[in-house]
Amino acid sequence: MGDLASFYERMFFIRRFEETLLDLFSLGKLVGTTHTYIGQEANAVGLIDHLEPERDVIFSNHRCHGHYLAFTDDAFGLLCEVMGKAPGVCGGKGGSQHLCKGNFYSNGVLGSIVPVATGIALAEKRKRTGAVSTVFLGDGTLGEGVTYESLNIASLWQLPVLFVVENNHYAQSTPVELELAGSIAARGAAFGIETEELDTTDVEEIHESAGRAIARVRETGAPLFLVLNTYRFSPHSKSDDQRDPAEIEERRAVDPLLVAGARLDEHERRAIEARSEQRLAETVEAADEAPAATPGVAA
Amino acid sequence: MTTTAQPQRGVQALNEALHAIFAARDDVVLLGEDVLDPYGGAFKVTAGLSDAYPDRVLTTPISEASLFGVAAGMALRGQRPIVEIMFGDFVALGLDQVVNGISKFREMYDDQVTVPLVVRTPMGARRGYGPTHSQSLEKLLLGVPNICVVACSECHDVGALLTAAVDDERPVFFVENKLLYGRPLRRPEDGHVGELAVRESGAPYPALSFSGTGFAEDTATIVTYGGMLPLVLDAATELILEHEIFCEVIALSQLVPMELEAVLESVARTGALVTAEEGTLTGGLGAEIAARVQAAAWGELRAPVQRVAARDGIIPSARALEDEMLPSVQDVVDAVHALGGDSA
Repeated sequence: MGDLASFYERMFFIRRFEETLLDLFSLGKLVGTTHTYIGQEANAVGLIDHLEPERDVIFSNHRCHGHYLAFTDDAFGLLCEVMGKAPGVCGGKGGSQHLCKGNFYSNGVLGSIVPVATGIALAEKRKRTGAVSTVFLGDGTLGEGVTYESLNIASLWQLPVLFVVENNHYAQSTPVELELAGSIAARGAAFGIETEELDTTDVEEIHESAGRAIARVRETGAPLFLVLNTYRFSPHSKSDDQRDPAEIEERRAVDPLLVAGARLDEHERRAIEARSEQRLAETVEAADEAPAATPGVAA
Repeated sequence: MTTTAQPQRGVQALNEALHAIFAARDDVVLLGEDVLDPYGGAFKVTAGLSDAYPDRVLTTPISEASLFGVAAGMALRGQRPIVEIMFGDFVALGLDQVVNGISKFREMYDDQVTVPLVVRTPMGARRGYGPTHSQSLEKLLLGVPNICVVACSECHDVGALLTAAVDDERPVFFVENKLLYGRPLRRPEDGHVGELAVRESGAPYPALSFSGTGFAEDTATIVTYGGMLPLVLDAATELILEHEIFCEVIALSQLVPMELEAVLESVARTGALVTAEEGTLTGGLGAEIAARVQAAAWGELRAPVQRVAARDGIIPSARALEDEMLPSVQDVVDAVHALGGDSA
């Protein structure tokens, strides 16, 4: 179990990793697309601290870098993957939103991943591993019908799935008010699934609640629907942001890094940040020097 | 297979194979709608299975899109799911999972995973089920890389095909023609089905080649699969008896990835090819076969490849309308005549 300093370090690293990706795009070192996790770091770090990478399974979505880093700590493999380098975790074949390492998977079609995570839970239950299958959804995913089929199946068969809805209030450019009717939490409850909702960017609060939720799934073998209300500061992908800057500025007051950082000793915080910057710089340098993925050549 | 006095029907062979597969491997789980006993599935292919293996046969909500994904998740984690989709038409509900998940995971994750699942589903018409319960949609899967599509005919060892599908590390879509369920299987005996000589390729999903002349004097090749085989064999018989035209008939069982060695070998002898399928014409298997054979054997063909298929439209419910829509024996005979030359 991590403490506040380690949470801060992981969150800070994710923040700077994602900002660096956007910089690398500007420099022309990245192609394609990416969906950064800037602003939502407390969710991944607080929750995934409770998962066991050797046993538990994560299925993540297009906005998967934060989840990946929190679960695997494999910054080099991820950066190489996004940069199309041979040592990328999927040899450059997957890119930003199609990752796989150990018990971590991600895929880029919203909703598509939800039944797969449900099937993973069914397999793990049959194998009696005690694993929790965590799947990350967003408010946008709740527009996909297959999500509800999976909620029904997970509840009906009492499968150990933790459905995490990170409601960042925007589906790409569309505000949640224009894409979603009714209550998010009620969607889980309607299927007879135990539901919890948090409205915070405080990593310690998220850590505590997520710990209870994960323990509950592990203990009962039944699903749980966890709604984390959050906000992303970054655009949906790269430069596609038409939100009111004043709205974003207002949310910066509860930036998870500010909230957690304020509780740390100033010197400790600066030391963590310096260490992270150093590690990130080394990762970028190594990835930059790594060979490009080329047909027929293994890393 | 044991020889019995009564020829085995398709549904019995598939059912026996499922029981044998369940006995042999405890990582196999079957999921589908209405598959539990005493009902045993809409076409009774799973009869007795849930009584024998109550923990391994799961009746599911009517959620095809999710079922494909659930099976994919199970396969990623070391289980061998078999999904029964009640009507092949409903594969359309799961296509996102096929196109964006099942077929992609292995390659896009750089071979770190496999997705060994089997989707069994009945396709085909001629039972009056109408536009949404009669289609042959395997062509929708034809253009999806990294999957395997297998179709069984009444002359194939359908149990062996299903067993091979479950043992396959790839995702396999296993097409069972509806008419096959009730028809007696006609496995080759002493290299013959009736008066036709039969050769079987050695592949895990073999192609069967039929000839009335011992593969010596045939002047056209007709390639088909699945439920179209009896119709094409009837056409071949009519061509012999009424027109003195001898054709080789090839029944593929592996449709995807497309393996045409038997067809090319036959065309090298006959110099002409007809494709016959029950699905609609445009963008069908015949189109792909024609493109490949014409590229590989242009110099050996005396005429363009002819395609026989359903018209590009719906499959009506009323019998006479359905018959008019679907390929007929006469269509196959006409296609062979259209080749001209030695076979006209």
